Amino acid sequence: MFAHEFMRHALIAGSFVGLACGLVGYFVVLRAQVFAGDALSHVAFTGALAAAVLGLNILAGLFAATILGGIIMGILGDKARADDVTIGSLFAWTLGLGVLFLTIFTTQDSAGNGTAGVRVLFGSIFGLSTTDVRNAVVLAVLAGALLLAIARPLLFASLDTAVAAAQGVPVRALGLVFLALLGLVSAQATQAVGALLLLGLLAAPAGAAHRLTTRPYLGLALSALFSVGSIWIGLTLSYVFPTLPPSSMIIAAAVGVYVLALATTAARDPSAFWLRQANGNVA
Amino acid sequence: MATAMVEAAIFQGLSWNPLADLRELFAYPFMVNALEAGTIVAVMGGVIGWFMVLRRQTFAGHTLSVIAFPGAAAASLAGLPLAVGYFGFCGLGALALAGIAGSRRSLSAESAAIGSLQALALALGFLFVSLYHGVLNGLDSLLFGTFLGITGRQVTVLLAVAAAAVALVAIAARPLFFASVDGDVARARGVPVRALGFGFLLVLGLSVAETSQITGALLVFALLVTPAATAHQLTPRPGLGIALSVTLALAVTWLGLALAYFSIYPVGFYVTSLSFGLYLLVRVSRALASRRRTTGRLALEAA
Repeated sequence: MFAHEFMRHALIAGSFVGLACGLVGYFVVLRAQVFAGDALSHVAFTGALAAAVLGLNILAGLFAATILGGIIMGILGDKARADDVTIGSLFAWTLGLGVLFLTIFTTQDSAGNGTAGVRVLFGSIFGLSTTDVRNAVVLAVLAGALLLAIARPLLFASLDTAVAAAQGVPVRALGLVFLALLGLVSAQATQAVGALLLLGLLAAPAGAAHRLTTRPYLGLALSALFSVGSIWIGLTLSYVFPTLPPSSMIIAAAVGVYVLALATTAARDPSAFWLRQANGNVA
Repeated sequence: MATAMVEAAIFQGLSWNPLADLRELFAYPFMVNALEAGTIVAVMGGVIGWFMVLRRQTFAGHTLSVIAFPGAAAASLAGLPLAVGYFGFCGLGALALAGIAGSRRSLSAESAAIGSLQALALALGFLFVSLYHGVLNGLDSLLFGTFLGITGRQVTVLLAVAAAAVALVAIAARPLFFASVDGDVARARGVPVRALGFGFLLVLGLSVAETSQITGALLVFALLVTPAATAHQLTPRPGLGIALSVTLALAVTWLGLALAYFSIYPVGFYVTSLSFGLYLLVRVSRALASRRRTTGRLALEAA
């Protein structure tokens, strides 16, 4: 398996993308912003197409669009914590712009039809070049370091916004920086593995980590571990059974980990689990 | 409206007479069908979207519209009619989402669960498509729709589905509103909050599935979210809010279709841009108004 260059590239880039997604995802889930990640992955699609239409560097378009998208969501949302409705509205408009650019792109260049869109949406982890891998590694390390640098105040601001603000933590600025960081990771992940993988890697490993522990740094580590682990499992499965697409297998592994975490917490303390279910019915 | 028409006409170098352009809009059957379908989807989206925004279920709504994709892919893989896949998967998705919402965990756990569900749905869809080989061309049209190729029969189907969905929501409107605004009090008064929540998601999912088959998921989602969000910004009163939401949805759909007819760019772009522009306008003017109120109060206090 390691003899093939494309497989080595996929494993290296995938590991680093997974690491970044796992770390950022922990905060995304903590702040209940998975929908923002979902929207940003579509912003990435539009940004890439816009750059293609304007004849600019696709990578630059991708990053500019997602980081800008993150900042706009932060500004429109309350307390830099973009809400459901704002994200939904921005999201719909982004899709509309995406259609526009897709139309212009396909009429401009009849040879490069809709497959470009599919590539951006679902990624091609087995088709990465050495440059792609290097970019992925550098950006993942950068994003991870930036996140860990603001981890403490961000954690405080996410858990109790009012108290953090009273203590002088710049809650709004932190929220904006975090959304911009999420944009950076979205662009990187979209470029390397597709928008589809991004959402799964943001939500599922972090969701599992949150179920298993309430301790923040352990949770961050677990989330990163689950995320990288899902990438390895998915890539191996896809290598062994070539008909199965790698991105689907990676998501299946990540969701599998999440379901396992739900099941073990339910089994560890069944009375609490059923009590909560009953409370859901009655309370 | 008239100025926009004139602008559009300049675009194409057609005529300077807005009335003549308006007449031309209705001259072709495909355009009439598109206008009819757009009207139906706008009314449905305005009504159901108002409740969706009220219940803060935009993410759930988007997830449901995504679930139609693996449904269609699974049905074509198994050789079943597409509708079976659409309805089967949307029903299952609504059940799962209602379970997630009903377990009343924290907001963050709910967000993670919905995100995982959506990612799984997309992964399954992509898996089915790659196992089936080469229906990838249909993917773009499934996502973005072909609004201008609608047949008369499809308009009838749309009308039936939309009428059923709006009627169901209208029947349950009062208890649904109560349950959405204050779930705990409603439950204490004997309103079946969980059943209502599940029923609403089911109606949302099935209507989104059916309409997105015809007009594409993008347009349905755009008409569900943005006009309703604008209406919620303008008024908290339910009756007025729903009427406003429907009116806005109708206006952006008609204007978007007309603009798309006179230019070469897609309907989805115009409809989403117009509705997002309106939403932004309302947000900004509200923010300015509240700032003016605050500074006015401060000035009073100082004096």
